[in-house]
Amino acid sequence: MKPPAEAQNFRHFDLKKKFRISESIIQALLFLAGILSIFTTLAIVYELGKEALLFFNIPDVTLGKFLGTTKWQPGIGQYGIWALVSATLVTSAIAMLISLPLGLASAIYLSEYASPKMRSILKPILEILAGIPTVVYGYFALLFITPILKSFLGDNIQVYNMLSAGLVMGIMILPLISSMSEDALSAVPRSLREGAYAMGATKLETSLQIVLPAALSGIGAAIIIGISRAVGETMIVAVAAGSGPNFSFNPLEAAETMTGHIARISGGDLSYNSIDYTSLFAIALMLFLVTLILNLISQWVVNKFREQYE
Amino acid sequence: MENNNYAIETNDLSIHYGRFTAVKSVNMKVERQKITAIIGPSGCGKSTLLRAFNRMNDFVPGCFVTGELLLDKQNLYGKTIDPVEVRRKIGMVFQKPNPFPKSIYENIAWGARINGFKGKMDDLVEQSLRAAALWDEVKDKLQESAYALSGGQQQRLCIARTIAIQPEIILMDEPASALDPISTLRIEELMQELKKNYTIIIVTHNMQQAARASDYTAMMMIDDKRAGSVIEFDDTKTIFMRPSDKRTEDYVTGRFG
Repeated sequence: MKPPAEAQNFRHFDLKKKFRISESIIQALLFLAGILSIFTTLAIVYELGKEALLFFNIPDVTLGKFLGTTKWQPGIGQYGIWALVSATLVTSAIAMLISLPLGLASAIYLSEYASPKMRSILKPILEILAGIPTVVYGYFALLFITPILKSFLGDNIQVYNMLSAGLVMGIMILPLISSMSEDALSAVPRSLREGAYAMGATKLETSLQIVLPAALSGIGAAIIIGISRAVGETMIVAVAAGSGPNFSFNPLEAAETMTGHIARISGGDLSYNSIDYTSLFAIALMLFLVTLILNLISQWVVNKFREQYE
Repeated sequence: MENNNYAIETNDLSIHYGRFTAVKSVNMKVERQKITAIIGPSGCGKSTLLRAFNRMNDFVPGCFVTGELLLDKQNLYGKTIDPVEVRRKIGMVFQKPNPFPKSIYENIAWGARINGFKGKMDDLVEQSLRAAALWDEVKDKLQESAYALSGGQQQRLCIARTIAIQPEIILMDEPASALDPISTLRIEELMQELKKNYTIIIVTHNMQQAARASDYTAMMMIDDKRAGSVIEFDDTKTIFMRPSDKRTEDYVTGRFG
């Protein structure tokens, strides 16, 4: 068969690779932006590790004492990190016990129940909570919440205590959890809700059993960031939880968290070679580890229960 | 005694979005255990009408209904009616398959459980999947995610989960429009099986599908105020062979617009 006439004077296309300078520049810039955050993280870990090594190289300091005892006073040979870890765990746990259920509940309300008008009023108010400086929260805990707790518990609760600090920390984290969870819930396709409603599901059944599990990976991210904020929060616990290491899981007692301790000690006079100075880096390293472990646990829990849509 | 052959009836049913009337004065008697198709050009309110049958329009802000929708002599838009109970009696299959992000088994068990099913769940799951002609394809992977299924299988799963709650009526909103021709055929065959036990109302864009699969056809058309209405409702043969309305004839013969 003869080729059609027009194929004989076929036009030539230039399909050779072109060098596009703007593409290359953008790619390089984006790569640099990515690498910068990785580099920063590595630099922090390096610095922490280097200084912490100086601490662990002191003959008197052993990993056994560090992880196996419960008194922290490096100046007199007590190296039990649990004195500080316990307070961090207690305050963070209280904060999450407050912020997780309340944050999730308000997220479900905002995304599934609230009218558009209600949402446009409530969301900005919630976001104002997130803009309050933490030092204000700290004094709010000490001067407002603690007296209220004292009126109930009397002398059972100390003036500086983990409960008040943890509660207020929970209020601080609440808008974060709520806002991120609401985004995750709203992102669940409407078709899933309709499918549930069409089967005679109530709003509650649909919200809790269909929408919530489908949004769990986004909610998981909210939980992880919430935990990280709680473990790393410094000002509230420094102001309201107490200033002195105390190995205790009783929230009514005063105790010092890892962050609070670092803030207090580094705020005083410190010589660079003192054990107090190098010990701070060991605490920071521990803080880093605790955050990492808690993040891994929550990631694992979320992966176990989430239901992925498309 | 009144004719008891009607599953659902409408009395001057109109659907409004705020001040805009989307569907006007529909009077339809839908016969039991038959397939009733709703056809008409895009935007004429077919889906809006269908979604009024199980009160799915309740979720659209500003949408309300006037007139009556009667199931078993009760007006489904009456003040004492619980829309959740309405949807338990009138199930719905959507245009795009929307299985829950759960296992195949759980997709069926969930609806039954929230509806208070007390019997043996394994049996119900098997029966429902068999009724939806899906059992043989999925019996070895009931615990796998529903998303592992093909589009056509997902749609049959959605039909199966609707059957599992044993509704009176199944509404289908263009159930095959997102599927390939073979899956479409399977859905149509399935509809013929299902009408032995259920009343089916289907919205379709596909004229051949309405002609092939349905017993009755309602033709909808939009007026100059953009309000849709049912201009002709008759048995499918009449609608396609001897329509009485010129607009129906133009539409079903492809001379429309």
